[in-house]
Amino acid sequence: MASQRVFQLGLQRAAAPSFAKLQPAGRMVQRRLAATQSVNSAEGHEILAKQRLQRPVSPHLTIYKPQITWTASSFNRITGVALSGSLYLFGFAYLAAPTLGWHLETPSLVAAVASWPVAVKIAAKATVALPFFFHSLNGFRHLAWDLGIGFTNKVVIQTGWTVVGLTVATTLYYTLLG
Amino acid sequence: MAATRTLARLATRRTAVRPALFTRGLASVADTHARDPISKIAEKTVPDAARKPIPESKTSTVKEPEPSKDAKIKTFHIYRWNPDEPSSKPKMQSYTLDLNKTGPMMLDALIRIKNEVDPTLTFRRSCREGICGSCAMNIDGVNTLACLCRIPTETAKESRIYPLPHMYVVKDLVPDMTLFYKQYRSVKPYLQRDTPAPDGREFRQSKEERKKLDGLYECILCACCSTSCPSYWWNQEEYLGPAVLLQSYRWIADSRDEKKPERLDALNNSMSVYRCHTILNCSRTCPKGLNPALAIAEIKKSMAFT
Repeated sequence: MASQRVFQLGLQRAAAPSFAKLQPAGRMVQRRLAATQSVNSAEGHEILAKQRLQRPVSPHLTIYKPQITWTASSFNRITGVALSGSLYLFGFAYLAAPTLGWHLETPSLVAAVASWPVAVKIAAKATVALPFFFHSLNGFRHLAWDLGIGFTNKVVIQTGWTVVGLTVATTLYYTLLG
Repeated sequence: MAATRTLARLATRRTAVRPALFTRGLASVADTHARDPISKIAEKTVPDAARKPIPESKTSTVKEPEPSKDAKIKTFHIYRWNPDEPSSKPKMQSYTLDLNKTGPMMLDALIRIKNEVDPTLTFRRSCREGICGSCAMNIDGVNTLACLCRIPTETAKESRIYPLPHMYVVKDLVPDMTLFYKQYRSVKPYLQRDTPAPDGREFRQSKEERKKLDGLYECILCACCSTSCPSYWWNQEEYLGPAVLLQSYRWIADSRDEKKPERLDALNNSMSVYRCHTILNCSRTCPKGLNPALAIAEIKKSMAFT
């Protein structure tokens, strides 16, 4: 369409070349101020390859809206790593304790914890309880999802916040009462 | 990360002792050279791809051209990057618009900016009614189609528009979808049959069989779900992502298709499907209301129980 117009205008101009007629032409033809050049496909590919090297990656984690879906998932991963990591650490330390002369037997650990101030005891219990309860309760959601249950948005949001609520409740119960 | 992958490869390498049943390949995309750097020297001279955009507080604001007296002025912060200045950092450019003169959707705002304020703003759009999937972008932190997203009318809140997350940016709001389409092609999204139809005319389906395709065939491949998935952000080269897996399941679930075992076999490795950790951002963000996470769960189930 545009090329047709340009062609017709070219004919008009060829028929009656005058500077006064250039003005209305601007109204009909879109003026492209950017310079263009024709390139063959090999050159085009080279330009593309060069441009691909320069491209930035669009922002992701920092700009995505925090939602219960992915925040709960990342917290599940973090708590899982923390729990299993500390289990491995303690296991290997327990294994190495006799050779290194550490005292990690139950009676000495109980005695050590008993001598802590109350605030430290509560803080220590909370730091263990929170990841444990969250990871355990969230595990039920994952088991359900593995069976193909509970995939609607509404259910996902409801169960997610239920797990958060239950985690807080059980953590408080375990740290302060249990 | 690369080290763990190398270890995993060594661990899954087939040996004479280990039965093939317990070994899983890793790469889903056969062309592993695709993710090699084009040139190691060139890559060093290149600006960091993860460079952060310049915040809007340090860039200029383009104002509404002729604000009227009772104007409802709303601010939009839009991600800009120009490939003609390749070494420059991306930036957040601010625009103010009078909502009384703007259509109701985010796409209307973008088109108005391009028409009346800043013609250099670049974005994809086509159908303006949510069927082409061109205008997929990250609006106010959530991936959606700009044409289906209403502009929040409260003018005190500023809106932010980014391209789809963790994609290479071609220009402004236009991401490079080459890999996404390659992945779509890799699942063979077409009917595969060897036997002709019994009556020589059509491949017929019962109503129940057809019903299995509801919620799958409506996908428009806008890539909102794939680019909302953190697993896809970190493992884009090998994990297929929710959109492509939903499409894959659309053909696995099709009663007329005869290559179901081959389709499942192609996905049976540690990366193609199993990078899905049921984060469920995909289903949450789908602008068409589909459920890619459920489709992936069905794929996992059909692979586990066959």
